[in-house]
Amino acid sequence: MKILVPVKRVVDYNVKVRVKSDGTGVETAGVKMSMNPFDEIAVEEAVRLKEKGVASEIIAVSLGVAACAETIRTALAMGADRGILVETDVDLQPLAVAKLLKAIAEKEGPGLVILGKQAIDDDMSATGPMLAALLGWSQGTFASKVTVDGGNLTVTREVDGGLETVELKLPAIVTTDLRLNEPRYASLPNIMKARKKPIETMKPEDLGVDPTPRLTVIKVSEPPKRQAGVKVGSVAELVSKLRNEAKVI
Amino acid sequence: MTSLVWLDHEAGIIKQPSRSAVAAAAALGEVHVLVAGAGVGAAAAAAAKLAGVSKVLVADAAEYDHALAEPSAALLVALAPAYSHLLAATTAVGKNIMPRVAALLDVQPISDIAAVVDADTFVRPIYAGNALATVKSSDAKKVITVRAASFDPVAAEGGSAATEAVSAAGGASVSKFISAELSKSERPELTAARVVVSGGRGMQNGDNFKLLDPIADKLGAAVGASRAAVDAGFVPNEYQVGQTGKIVAPELYVAVGISGAIQHLAGMKDSKVIVAINKDEEAPIFQVADYGLVADLFTALPELAAELERG
Repeated sequence: MKILVPVKRVVDYNVKVRVKSDGTGVETAGVKMSMNPFDEIAVEEAVRLKEKGVASEIIAVSLGVAACAETIRTALAMGADRGILVETDVDLQPLAVAKLLKAIAEKEGPGLVILGKQAIDDDMSATGPMLAALLGWSQGTFASKVTVDGGNLTVTREVDGGLETVELKLPAIVTTDLRLNEPRYASLPNIMKARKKPIETMKPEDLGVDPTPRLTVIKVSEPPKRQAGVKVGSVAELVSKLRNEAKVI
Repeated sequence: MTSLVWLDHEAGIIKQPSRSAVAAAAALGEVHVLVAGAGVGAAAAAAAKLAGVSKVLVADAAEYDHALAEPSAALLVALAPAYSHLLAATTAVGKNIMPRVAALLDVQPISDIAAVVDADTFVRPIYAGNALATVKSSDAKKVITVRAASFDPVAAEGGSAATEAVSAAGGASVSKFISAELSKSERPELTAARVVVSGGRGMQNGDNFKLLDPIADKLGAAVGASRAAVDAGFVPNEYQVGQTGKIVAPELYVAVGISGAIQHLAGMKDSKVIVAINKDEEAPIFQVADYGLVADLFTALPELAAELERG
C-alpha cells in the first residue's frame, strides 16, 4: 500500500509572528520556516507503518512556492521515499489544496493519506476532511492511534469528551493529533540520502485545478492586547480582590 | 436569508458551544437548526426551546448516531439548497463534519469565526490567535464553524420553534463507530464552565492535580491543563486548553504552575479575569494576568482552598 503524506511549509512554531504594518498579513520575510508540526507527526506515522511492513512506499507532497521543496526534503530525510512539489505562488486555500491532492491521489492510487489535523499558520483545520469528501473516502480525524488490519483501518480519535474509536474502510484519510507519536529527528546519513531521492515538480494547471482563492483577506490585525494586572502579596489578598474588586467569586 | 446550524447534543441537552453558534447565525438572519442522531426526541424538544430559532429539522435514524462525518455531511449537503449559510460550533464534531460539507458543495469553509462583519465577511483568528484576519468569501453559500468563546450563547429556554422531520438518502457506509471512552466528571465541561482552574508543568505529576480539586469544587470550576502538563502525561488530552486543545473564555481563569506559552495563551486569553500562580516571577503568564501571585503552588493551593472554605 502506498501512503501519501501532504506536508505544509509554515512559519516555525517557535517564531513570534508579527502583523505587517500595512495590515496585509504577517511578516514572513527572513522568518524561519519549518514543516507544520502536525504534518511531521503524519510523516512519522507513515514511516512507522512502512517499518511494520504495512506500507510499501511513502510519497511526500507539498504545495506552494519553490521553497516547499525543502519541506519535502525534511520528509524524505525522515523516511519518505519520494516527493511531489506542486509549485505555485498563488495563496492556496484548503479547497484548492484538497482539489490538487485529489488529482495526485487519483494518479498515485494510495491506500491511505495521512496529514496534520491543522496547519499552525491559518489554523483552518479543513484540508483532511475536504480531501476525504472529494475522493468519497472515509475519514479518521484527530487520530491518536491508527491500526491497519486488512482492508480496514481502526482509528482512535481525540474528541472533546475523551476518545472515540472508529473503523474505516480503506482507502481512507487520517488527520493526526499530538499524541499519535513523537516524530524522529532525521539522522545526518538520512539527510544525505534524502538529497538523492527524487522530487517531481508540477504546476496546478498540470493537474487541471484552478487554485484561485475563494476567501479574500481584507485585512490582518493585531488582537487586542491584554494589560498585565497587579501582583498580590498573599493568598488572602488574592481572594479578597477576587471577591470585592473583580467580583467573580 | 436563512442559516442552518448543526447542533451538538448529548443526553437530550444542546451543548453550549452550539448555542453560541446559533447566536452567530442570528447575526445573519433567520435561524433553523438541525438535530441529527438516533433517538433524538428530547434533544429536538430542547432545540425547539432555544431562543432565536424558528425551525428545528430532526433527522432521527441509526445512521446519524455518533455524528459520524460521512453520513452527517451527506445530510447537511442534502439540506443545503434551502440555506445561505451552514454553521456549526468549532468542536470536535463541527471540525470533523463541516469541511467535508464544504468540499461537497465546492465551497471554501470559513473556520472558527470570532465575529460576523456582514453576510460574506468574517473575522477569524490565525497563528494561534496572534493575528486576526478579516476575510470575505466569494462563495454563494457559506460553510462556517464558530468559535464559541466569541459569541454569548443564546438562552436555552424561551423559544418555541416548529419541528420538521428530515432524512437523506443514505450512501454506502464507509465508517463505523466502535467505541467511546469519555471522561466521567461531575464538573462542568471546560468550554462551558464559568470558572476554569488549570494546572501546568509546575504541578510536577498527575497526582498533584488533586490539589486543584477542592478549589474547583468550591468555585464550581472545570479543571484544565496546559499542553506541557498533557504532554508530560499528568492528565488526559481532553483537559488541554490552548491552540491545540480547547479554547475557553470563562469569567475566571486560574492558571497554576503554567508559564504561559503562546500556545496556551491562545486558548484562554479571552477569559474575563485571569489569575496566575507561579513561583517564577518572570513567567510570561503574568503579562496577561489580572492578578498574579508569585508563590510556590504547593503552599499556595492548600492556602487558597482554606481561604475559599472560610468564605
